[in-house]
Amino acid sequence: MARKAASSTSRSTGPSAPVRNSAVRTSKGGQLDIDDLLADRKVDIIVCCGSGGVGKTTTAAALALRAAEQGRKVCVLTIDPARRLAQSMGLTELDNTPRPVKGVDVGAGGSLDAMMLDMKRTFDEVVQTAASPEKAKQILENPFYIALSSSFAGTQEYMAMEKLGQLHADPDSRWDLIVVDTPPSRSALDFLDAPERLSSLLDGRFMRLMVAPARGPARVLTAGLSLVTGAMTKILGGEFLTDVQAFIAALDTIFGGFRQRAEATYRLLQADETAFLVVAAPEPDAIREAAYFAERLTSERMPLAGLVVNRLHTLAGRSISAADAESGAQRLAHDGADEAATATAELLLVHAERVRRSLREEKVAARFTASHPKVPTVAVPALASDVHDLDGLRQIGGLLAGVAQPTAAAD
Amino acid sequence: MALSTSLHIVSGKGGTGKTTVAAALATALADVGKRVLLCEVEGRQGIAQLFDVPPLPYEERKIAVGLGGGEVYALAVDAESALLEYLQMYYRLGRAGKALDRFGIIDFATTIAPGVRDVLLTGKVYEAAKRKKGGADGGRFVYDAVVLDAPPTGRITRFLGVNEEVAGLAKVGPVRRQADSIMSMMRSRSTRVHLVTLLEEMPVQETLDGIAELKKASLPVGAVIANLVRPALLSDPTQKALLSGKLEQAAVSRALESIGLDGEAAPDLITEGLGHIERQTLQAEQRKELGDRDVVELPALAEAIDQGALFELARILHTDLLKEGS
Repeated sequence: MARKAASSTSRSTGPSAPVRNSAVRTSKGGQLDIDDLLADRKVDIIVCCGSGGVGKTTTAAALALRAAEQGRKVCVLTIDPARRLAQSMGLTELDNTPRPVKGVDVGAGGSLDAMMLDMKRTFDEVVQTAASPEKAKQILENPFYIALSSSFAGTQEYMAMEKLGQLHADPDSRWDLIVVDTPPSRSALDFLDAPERLSSLLDGRFMRLMVAPARGPARVLTAGLSLVTGAMTKILGGEFLTDVQAFIAALDTIFGGFRQRAEATYRLLQADETAFLVVAAPEPDAIREAAYFAERLTSERMPLAGLVVNRLHTLAGRSISAADAESGAQRLAHDGADEAATATAELLLVHAERVRRSLREEKVAARFTASHPKVPTVAVPALASDVHDLDGLRQIGGLLAGVAQPTAAAD
Repeated sequence: MALSTSLHIVSGKGGTGKTTVAAALATALADVGKRVLLCEVEGRQGIAQLFDVPPLPYEERKIAVGLGGGEVYALAVDAESALLEYLQMYYRLGRAGKALDRFGIIDFATTIAPGVRDVLLTGKVYEAAKRKKGGADGGRFVYDAVVLDAPPTGRITRFLGVNEEVAGLAKVGPVRRQADSIMSMMRSRSTRVHLVTLLEEMPVQETLDGIAELKKASLPVGAVIANLVRPALLSDPTQKALLSGKLEQAAVSRALESIGLDGEAAPDLITEGLGHIERQTLQAEQRKELGDRDVVELPALAEAIDQGALFELARILHTDLLKEGS
């Protein structure tokens, strides 16, 4: 496609140059070039993160669609329980298996598959592949495991990264790009912590403590230890403790493999082949979260490609100021003149509100740029209505790449 | 002091402003003289930002006084402190508590073991809501109301119902008893789960899903609060004239020029007007989707949310949400 050719020539450093340098992706000042990112064949994972409600899922889907229509073989993995991606991609069933999305233009040789994470099934599969059949059965039937794998918060992040690792490592993979959406909470960066937590769990004294009684050597039962087990029995009740011990002892055998994969996934995320996009809305909370994400990613040495500021209300090039509009409206309405004057007065009030909002949003977004001058940014204008089909996603994709204009002035 | 403590749980899709609504609700309650505890559980320090106070510690602090003489106390609950406090309060585990810490169990319980966090966070809210002046047998409750800035809609049923999971795991013992008491508080008549939404398609859909899930889990659904509602700025005749194309650019240009403004802004103003109508239509459709249940509408305010804005929102919540004297 034309865009692809254009962007590959614009990367003057050539294919063997390091692509992680933000200067390479930055075309004009701090502008993030999305098409350049999507055309970069070395990038095979794009992770979209950000706080809830900023349009992360839609952004991930729009990026995936755009990449597919530009010739990449894409799989988009979403973790959101609200099934929003399913709605926007016209899929009614997402069941842990990537399925082709209908209606994608495959003219450039690309393809698009989508899947939604089934947390429990992913966990079950991990257990089944890592343990012997009877051991697996024992784990899957343990009440503590059932609760852990299906209902407790936090498991989502662990399993999201597990699934990403699986998709990426799949030798029969038909994809050259995986786009990942992340869970919608402050814990969204928990997926970064998941491998480390697993390691600290495995290396920790707690683990040894919990597994010890099952293995039986009495000599580890020091005074401190018996104090601890005593306290835990007192709090939790004997049966609960037995369930937990049985669960951890059983899981111990498969944890090794689990941990190895978790660590491999962490390294995968740090590699040059991965690009993180932080998504935000021009609201103080979302921008604060975005700053937190950017700092966390940098300190973990994760490759941050840039910031997407969604749903920005933009103004036409030449514009009447809010104060002029408001005083003008007053004068027009005051003169109590004809219909056109009344209508114009009202339109001026609509305009004034819009200008004020736009200025407020710009100010908020500028705060991020001021504190993170090196992070390339792209602003996506707000659309007048919600996106719920491929055409809508295509339009968002165009806006992300800066090659389309919104069709109407979103209020 | 109160005869019972009412618990207002405020949830909502991310980005809908649930923290703002929770803070405004706490302010509304303080405005009618109540002593209120406003809790957050996600470690975001959103309350401190809103009330413009330093980050909240794990300690109840007075952060505002209501117009009617009530008070708002705030607390940022974190799981680790809640666990240590819990162990001390219920088990007097002095030395053993430290041993648990040394063995990495506090760390395990609060960060590694998924779900334990939710148990601890809801447990602390329970403790605050049931606390009595002068100890357990002291008669009246310390707080008239507890307002919880809760996790988002997608997670709220799991969060509030986590103790049912615990009750299923711990068949007997103190943990089981505690879990059962928390669940009965969550389902009691003095508890309400309010959902904050925007009048947009996806948040409304998520709200409807959330209501269905809460009902299925027998958790009490309170009001739906539509936040950031855009006021209608165009009269019916103007809307008709815009949509039918009867309002001509030239006429708008002339009107602008008559008051010394740039007449060439007319096409942009008309486009913006059409965008405004589209948005209003969308809002009305989504309002209809929510059905005939109690919906409280909060307007989008022109400036950033500060304490003055909270008082303004509190006034609306007071008239529309707390009218039945809860």
